[in-house]
Amino acid sequence: METTHTDARPAAAGGNPWLSRPYLVRKKSRETADTFTLELTPPAEDGGFIFKPGQFNMLYTFGIGEIPISISGDPAKPETLTHTVRAVGAVSRAIAGLKPGSRLGIRGPYGAGWPVTDITGRDVVIIAGGIGLAPLRPAVHYLLAHRGEYGKIILVYGARTPADIVHRKDLEKWRSRFDIEVLVTVDRATGDWQGNVGVVTTFIGGLRFDPSSCAALVCGPEIMMRFTVMGLRERQVADNSIFISMERNMKCGVGLCGHCQVGPSFVCKDGPVYRLTDMKDVFIKREM
Amino acid sequence: MPVDTSPEKAIYVLETGDFQTLLDAVMERGHSIFGPVLRDGAITYDALHRDTDLPLGWNDRQQAGSYRLVKTKRKTFFAYAVGPHSWKKFLHPPSDMLCAAQRIDDRFSINEPDREHPRRAFLGVRSCELHALAIHDKIFTDGPFINEAYRRRRQDILIIAVNCSHPSETCFCTSLQTGPRATGGFDLALTEVLTSGNHHFIIETGSAAGAELCARLPVRKAARTDIEAAEKVTSAAAKKIRRSLNTEELRETLDQKFSDPHWGQIADRCLACGNCTMVCPTCFCSTVEDTTTLTGEHAERRLKWDSCFTAEFSYIHGGSIRSSTLSRYRQWLTHKLAYWFDQFGMCGCVGCGRCITWCPAGIDLTEETRKLQEKKFVIRRTNGR
Ligand SMILES: Cc1cc2nc3c(=O)[nH]c(=O)nc-3n(C[C@H](O)[C@H](O)[C@H](O)COP(=O)(O)OP(=O)(O)OC[C@H]3O[C@@H](n4cnc5c(N)ncnc54)[C@H](O)[C@@H]3O)c2cc1C
Ligand code: SF4
Ligand code: SF4
Ligand code: FES
Repeated sequence: METTHTDARPAAAGGNPWLSRPYLVRKKSRETADTFTLELTPPAEDGGFIFKPGQFNMLYTFGIGEIPISISGDPAKPETLTHTVRAVGAVSRAIAGLKPGSRLGIRGPYGAGWPVTDITGRDVVIIAGGIGLAPLRPAVHYLLAHRGEYGKIILVYGARTPADIVHRKDLEKWRSRFDIEVLVTVDRATGDWQGNVGVVTTFIGGLRFDPSSCAALVCGPEIMMRFTVMGLRERQVADNSIFISMERNMKCGVGLCGHCQVGPSFVCKDGPVYRLTDMKDVFIKREM
Repeated sequence: MPVDTSPEKAIYVLETGDFQTLLDAVMERGHSIFGPVLRDGAITYDALHRDTDLPLGWNDRQQAGSYRLVKTKRKTFFAYAVGPHSWKKFLHPPSDMLCAAQRIDDRFSINEPDREHPRRAFLGVRSCELHALAIHDKIFTDGPFINEAYRRRRQDILIIAVNCSHPSETCFCTSLQTGPRATGGFDLALTEVLTSGNHHFIIETGSAAGAELCARLPVRKAARTDIEAAEKVTSAAAKKIRRSLNTEELRETLDQKFSDPHWGQIADRCLACGNCTMVCPTCFCSTVEDTTTLTGEHAERRLKWDSCFTAEFSYIHGGSIRSSTLSRYRQWLTHKLAYWFDQFGMCGCVGCGRCITWCPAGIDLTEETRKLQEKKFVIRRTNGR
């Protein structure tokens, strides 16, 4: 597999890759009815948690199981490891139920991240759906911290309903800045929602950016990514300028268990972030 | 790991009556021996100490979906092909402890299990199996992340290969250049030579350890006629092999045939039982099982063999990616014969034929692959008109 990004740091290697380390849950905040953001403190001897935007960790809850979760915090703040987890099943529910003071097993960071250092000088269009904002949040932090190195930055975020919007405070903060354009939309308006209504793809046509020199970073449900890619192609954005983050069943996270395969690729180590040219087939070949 | 850097390859003759001396020498070197033994109507791999533990005088009869043993008159040692077991059960066991966790109040610690570090010898490793071992070595020990338990178990294995004299009807190693003769990756390689007057082993050294062992055996240097007789055994074996797999442009063909209706015809027969992945010596997939003691203070994580034929294998919240049997059979075949090349730079199939023999539906991957390949030819011709 051709590796698309040069900035993905190979995670700490050697020894038994299955051994996770207990991190302290310092703070938990509610994002939505079923989604929580956890702030974890790495063990003192680790001296912080260094990662690339878009990378993920394997999170282990004692006796229950282990799941892949993207790192959702600011890469410039390695003293805190942040994860945003939606409770959907056994393990994620157990994680969502953790109280400050308890421990969570962590191993990582794994995988290739967003190509933030490869796309300098370009307009950056970020399109996220639902919990898909979590892996993109570190990228937004990074881009804003290096604001001068990029052209326009546009963030389009879609949630099912206003109650499903995650990282609200960040969205509000970013929206108040003049150097990033933020567009938030919901599929279905409820309550006193005054904002945009409609799926993210309906807004792509109206975005102002340079399609010939841009990079699009996309994360959300697979169906949303498929339509987003179609929308971007309609805007003449080339496939090699589009990056998507894939989700597959993962047991090891390091290329040993076979679960995450998509054709020739292991999503855990060749992805989860792919240049579309390397993952095109997944939208065409069903059940690959 | 055995390396083929012996100063000089030496070839000896060991009489069958002296075979126990080889086993004794291996055990004296501190290895416990594992090799072919008869169990539950099949030749399987297990611990053995004496030459009489071997399936002496047994032949196997294998066909798509069938395996049978036949007793013969002569006391042959290795007159059969591979059975349902492969060496992966020792190096990458069906259930393996990954780590243990201990909880004290709100805290817990995660510890590595005590790792066994057995000194083992594998006796009767066939050429296709040596290739399978090399594939697992690549997958498990060649990346930035390795299967540490595999590496430890693998490092001190002494390998005594056996060149095949009795390939089964489901073998197709010749077409993949993986057999029937072992060409490297062993400490010793044996050829059982049985003619009207003679019954002995030709022993070829493949490493310094192998040479050392031979120095302690009642062997004689092989004469040219001995060596020629041994070569005849393997060349005759090669001629008996009927099945074949054509790997030319196979990766591209299978990639193009992703939506071919033929997959549906295979799926109509496939039971998605996963037998083929369990008996396959190169399938490496695993899942993790979490358990806790009743008190909830001690938890364990175990690695278990898994198969891409199960629904859980590709499950993500909302459903399985590969929900149909069609997509699962296609995953198995295209992984082995197409995408393995991208992932590991080699074919994922070694031609041992186990998946054909042990498929309850008698599905033959060489046959199904051929059908997919032939279809490509038809399409090309139509396009060319
Ligand atoms: C690279 C990557 C990054 C992710 N980042 C996040 C994130 O930041 N926040 C978040 O809330 N979720 C994220 N997910 C999804 C998350 O891993 C699943 O929601 C989680 O595995 C569900 O596990 P469960 O035991 O709670 O659910 P169950 O439905 O009980 O699932 C059973 C098992 O199936 C597997 N599984 C189920 N759903 C998924 C899935 N979507 N992806 C992979 N494996 C799955 C897991 O092994 C799980 O233990 C990510 C997935 C991947 C692959
Ligand atoms: S064929 Fe299936 S079980 Fe075997 S290695 Fe490939 S994905 Fe794993
Ligand atoms: S091909 Fe045969 S052995 Fe493999 S899953 Fe299907 S029925 Fe079982
Ligand atoms: S998650 Fe195990 S191989 Fe990718």
